Amino acid sequence: MEATSFWATPWGWTIITIGQALAVIVGVMVSLAFLLWGDRKVWAGVQMRKGPNVVGPFGLMQSFADFFKFVLKEVVIPAGADKIVFLLAPLITFILAFMSWAVIPFAPGWVVSDINVGILYLFAISSLGVYGIIMGGWASNSKYPFLGALRSAAQMVSYEVSIGLIVICVILLVGDMNLSRIVEHQAGGFWNWHAFAPKTIIVMFPVMIMFYVSALAETNRPPFDLPEAESELVAGYQVEYSSTPYLLFMIGEYANIVLMCALITILFFGGWQAPYPTAGFIEPGSVFEAIHGLLWFIIKVVFWFVMFAIAKAIVPRYRYDQLMRLGWKVFLPASLVAVVLIAAYRVFGGDLI
Amino acid sequence: MTLMAIAFYIMALITVASGFLVITAKNPVHSVLFLILAFFSAAGLFVLLGAEFLAMLLVVVYVGAVAVLFLFVVMMLDVDFSKLRQGFANYLPIGGVVALLLMTELIMISFAVADRGAAAGNEPQAFTADATNIETIGRVLYTDYVYLFQAAGFVLLVAMIGAIVLTLKHRTNVKRQDISKQVGRQRKNAVAIVKVKTGEGIKE
Repeated sequence: MEATSFWATPWGWTIITIGQALAVIVGVMVSLAFLLWGDRKVWAGVQMRKGPNVVGPFGLMQSFADFFKFVLKEVVIPAGADKIVFLLAPLITFILAFMSWAVIPFAPGWVVSDINVGILYLFAISSLGVYGIIMGGWASNSKYPFLGALRSAAQMVSYEVSIGLIVICVILLVGDMNLSRIVEHQAGGFWNWHAFAPKTIIVMFPVMIMFYVSALAETNRPPFDLPEAESELVAGYQVEYSSTPYLLFMIGEYANIVLMCALITILFFGGWQAPYPTAGFIEPGSVFEAIHGLLWFIIKVVFWFVMFAIAKAIVPRYRYDQLMRLGWKVFLPASLVAVVLIAAYRVFGGDLI
Repeated sequence: MTLMAIAFYIMALITVASGFLVITAKNPVHSVLFLILAFFSAAGLFVLLGAEFLAMLLVVVYVGAVAVLFLFVVMMLDVDFSKLRQGFANYLPIGGVVALLLMTELIMISFAVADRGAAAGNEPQAFTADATNIETIGRVLYTDYVYLFQAAGFVLLVAMIGAIVLTLKHRTNVKRQDISKQVGRQRKNAVAIVKVKTGEGIKE
């Protein structure tokens, strides 16, 4: 057949991959618009306000209105700024935030790039994320952005350490770094998810909470939003940004937050696995299985996103030294102990691979 | 294969060009940013070689941690770099000699590779056909060379302790926050209800 042979060639493969990447980017962007709306609704609910309710039904179109507002404004570049680095910084944040989505398995087999070192790739890309912030803070040539950038760099580097150790726990349990394998390992009901598996729940459930808190710190979300604390630094590294560059920072930040939600879902909450055994009534490899899996994935990601939003609404901001103490003196030793315990379980626990 | 070749040439070009720009850029922060770009495209070359684990480690360790420190230091420095560049002509001969030495070494290595190494058909073999990078590296590090690996770890530990000892200052007259003390504080130790007579105050 002519058509199949073309899709098997490198050029056909390139076209397919570009199509898949576009589908993921557009899908994530559109869901971001509604998640941002949901975020604002949650804070509004906690503070007994109505939240966005003017544009569209229930205010659902608010994010799109904001989008056009930002895009149509003037791009202001400060006089003393390093122009190229200043404009590069939001681009880097934006691009890196979407690069990570390449390895996320949305449903059985629905992943753009199913690489062996998936989780390490995610870790590498998220460790690059700090550059957008440092470059933006430095290139603005202004004091508040620079202080914000320094805070953010120290904070992200610190919490990456404990996130890395927690990820090692999961890798030890699964014995593989491929994200699809990690999800498949949690098949057959919620009692097989890493967070709730009865044999390891005593270690993995606290570890999941530590991952959640570290993810809050890693994405500069309240209560750890010191890089952009408005009462201390105006808006931190974003002070000098306006219009589309600011929008890129904003979208990048939210894409990272949703990515962290997806990561908690994949590592601890079974990814696209349903919380009940599906062996009896869903045929493996069918379209129904894929849609069923996608649905559960979305439900879990939205659950974790609501957790992020509630944390922003109800927890007061940490002081900087308390933040560093929590990262280095509490989470680092605790996650190290968890790695040792999980490794011991793998060796002496009985069910080796 | 053509795609691989295109990717290789693009990444190799970016690596070499950014390496060149590291030493020619006027602004030191730009130099560090180009260095990061060079690291990143080198990681891309590793991926093309099939060494994805090494590539990811290069990004996590060098780009994600070491280069951030470089950038920190360079941004905080307030050095007039046009002044530093004035001695450029004086240092040129020494720099030239070092560059020549490095160049000769590189040429010798590439000839050795062409004669006896990968180019002559003696490619390094993976441990088994279907073992991933990580398994292969893990077997080498933790089985074949476990003592050397542990020794390297101890050297790093000693270096870390040394750095801490050099910089740690115990200051006694500062107020510190002790969170366990704050949390463990109880009402009966902290609050006392005192009846104060008018005009006398509390005696203590």
